[in-house]
Amino acid sequence: MKIKTWKFVLAVVAGVLVSGVAHADGSGDPAVASSDNGKYMDKDGNPTYKISPDGTVDWYTFSGFRRYHSDCHVCHGPNGEGSSYAPALANSLKTLSYSDFINVVTNGRKNVNAANDKVMPSFATNVNVMCYIDDIYVYLRARANGAIPGGRPPSHEDKSEAAKKAEESCTGIK
Amino acid sequence: MRKVLLATGLSLMVMQTSALRADEALDKLAKDPKQWVMQQGDDANTRFSKLKQINASNVKKLQVAWTFSTGVLRGHEGGPLVVGDVMYVHTPFPNTVYALDLNHEGKIIWKYEPRQDPNVIPIMCCDTVNRGVAYADGKIFLHQADTTLVALDAKTGAKVWSVMDGEAGKGQSGTDAPFVFKDKVLVGVSGGEFGVRGWVSAYNIKDGKLAWRGYSEGPDSDTLIDPEKTTSLGKPVGPDSSIKTWQGDQWKIGGGATWGWYSYDPELNLVYYGSGNPSTWNPVQRPGDNKWSMSIWARDLDTGKVKWIYQMTPHDEWDYDGVNEMILTDQKIGGKMRKVLTHFDRNGFGYTLDRATGELLVAEKFDPVVNWATKIDMDKSSKTYGRPLVVDAYSTQHGGEDHNSKGICPAALGTKDEQPAAYSPETQLFYVPTNHVCMDYEPYKVAYTAGQAYVGAAVAMYPPKGDSNMGNFIAWDGKTGKIVWSNKEQFSAWGGALATAGGVVFYGTLEGYLKAVDAKTGKELYKFKTPSGIIGNVMTYEHGGKQYIAVLSGVGGWAGIGLAAGLLQPQNAAAWHNAVDQGKLPTKDKTVDTAGLGAVGGYAGLASYTSLGGTLTVFALPSE
Repeated sequence: MKIKTWKFVLAVVAGVLVSGVAHADGSGDPAVASSDNGKYMDKDGNPTYKISPDGTVDWYTFSGFRRYHSDCHVCHGPNGEGSSYAPALANSLKTLSYSDFINVVTNGRKNVNAANDKVMPSFATNVNVMCYIDDIYVYLRARANGAIPGGRPPSHEDKSEAAKKAEESCTGIK
Repeated sequence: MRKVLLATGLSLMVMQTSALRADEALDKLAKDPKQWVMQQGDDANTRFSKLKQINASNVKKLQVAWTFSTGVLRGHEGGPLVVGDVMYVHTPFPNTVYALDLNHEGKIIWKYEPRQDPNVIPIMCCDTVNRGVAYADGKIFLHQADTTLVALDAKTGAKVWSVMDGEAGKGQSGTDAPFVFKDKVLVGVSGGEFGVRGWVSAYNIKDGKLAWRGYSEGPDSDTLIDPEKTTSLGKPVGPDSSIKTWQGDQWKIGGGATWGWYSYDPELNLVYYGSGNPSTWNPVQRPGDNKWSMSIWARDLDTGKVKWIYQMTPHDEWDYDGVNEMILTDQKIGGKMRKVLTHFDRNGFGYTLDRATGELLVAEKFDPVVNWATKIDMDKSSKTYGRPLVVDAYSTQHGGEDHNSKGICPAALGTKDEQPAAYSPETQLFYVPTNHVCMDYEPYKVAYTAGQAYVGAAVAMYPPKGDSNMGNFIAWDGKTGKIVWSNKEQFSAWGGALATAGGVVFYGTLEGYLKAVDAKTGKELYKFKTPSGIIGNVMTYEHGGKQYIAVLSGVGGWAGIGLAAGLLQPQNAAAWHNAVDQGKLPTKDKTVDTAGLGAVGGYAGLASYTSLGGTLTVFALPSE
């Protein structure tokens, strides 16, 4: 029984990777509508992910995976799956829109009462987060839609010159 | 004139005796096995109790005597104290303290709940843990999340004095227990992931006045290192031993947090503790040995001056914090009785040193899977004496920025984290709760912003290849550096151990089991599933002629981050593998690493076993 379920899960995840079944999250349909130098946008102009049939992810999804697993996963757990005290963002983004996401990361959020002591800090001054906020968003958007499994994407598109320049000018690190 | 002198002399004498009196009183209490007046049981950090009413043959009859809910959900580290007829129980943030009346079934005598700015919560990297209170001189000492050290009247809970030790706005937080040695109370600081510069502060227990503060990095005047008198591996360290191992001003945000379990040798008057990882986690960004992060420190209790120091992991590349406890014992090594210090480091090596001189005696792996270094160089004539011999394939410095180094053992959690080990003088063995987890580690450039996380590496963790257990509970011979027995644990063993004269060793597991094992063989004698996962430390006391065993459960901490959702999800690697295999192979990274793949079904998230909630569970044998 266990083995059967297992195979089914694999087939579904693999199917998602290959065919790009239609989905919608807090920002609507994540399907790629346009692109600019390796950065992909949905029909509303919000950042989105592109996963090739062979599992190759766009640069920003990969970059988001890395940045998430430095600054975010210490509270929100590996792969956006939550921890004993912070929500699973792979779920949250099913309902949070792009602008909601930007708002919470920039301004923080507090839920402190008798039952809860949850505090999301403001990352407004943290260039390690703010300069990569779209990267982190598209990574989590891909996770929320089941477009990629957890773990490190094995291959990714090259980092564009535009991405390198934007990173340098935003972080001040060369 | 003579009279005045006499009077002054007299008052000095009085002051001295009163200082000594507090110290002697605590020592006397600590020697009474019926009480548990320090987090670690004694100054030496042995976590050994002479009580033996509960022993290897009757422990199987253990029952729950009473329980107490702490009212707090987050991770509960540390444990309660018992002083006289009162038990003191602490909680994670908001750092509530309860005094419970053991004569009246745990009735609450007083409750103290500090008001703290909740903005301190997100600067606590790995949950809002607190490792317990200390007792001395009729006071309970609490080290709050916001770094306030407060002394409470043990009888009433009224505040006697309080002092702010650090600045939460700069990423500095308080998680470690205060430690009382003689007339001082010591606290460390947390924030290695926020670019703090670690320090230890010693306050007078009487009035909270700062006696001294020693930093982990900086000029000798800050570290309290004497270039001529302070030694490392037998040699004077020389001037500016810290700052010359950093590029520019990087030492100012250099890490070296100090949140472990401190110990003290009254004969040598030395305090022992470890310093944590250098900031950031990206080694390429901070060239040099980064002293004195990752070090074992021996400081004079009265002055803070460093007697000796030993850096275990120069230029850390894996987050192998050196904060774990130093356990002080007297053992025969090489035919000679020695005053030794034993330390189980995050880096996977168990060290035994001469604690008077800092001489390195033994350094061996306490988990065979440790692979980042082949060994610690023990050849005194070697240029690399005392240093780990690092394997290039597992060196994240060697791999460089934006390179994912795979299969490094142990993971950043270390082969052992803060969960303290115990030592039994009867078996002369150490009982060590360990993690059995490996990782991939990819460093990259980050910028420092005060009060914000300063990490700079992406880390993925999984069990060693071919294994399904993520922890072991081991017995270790510190004289020879050998594992005597080892019990597998499904999850990291993240609860502190207790050894007893009854020949039983106790510890808690992440699923929530309190376990009792035979001290000689490791055979499991008893287990009971408490309401939540255990990351607290087991303690024991006697009251009304009966021995009790107590432990806080309440899953969380770092263990709760990595494991709650299921650290080990082989389906992830398998799904990637499948996708790559069936389609056209991608142009680069043609193989998918499946190191994380293990026995399918052997792994499942901790969330399937336990849920949040702080509870104290107290055990005893049934009445005849």
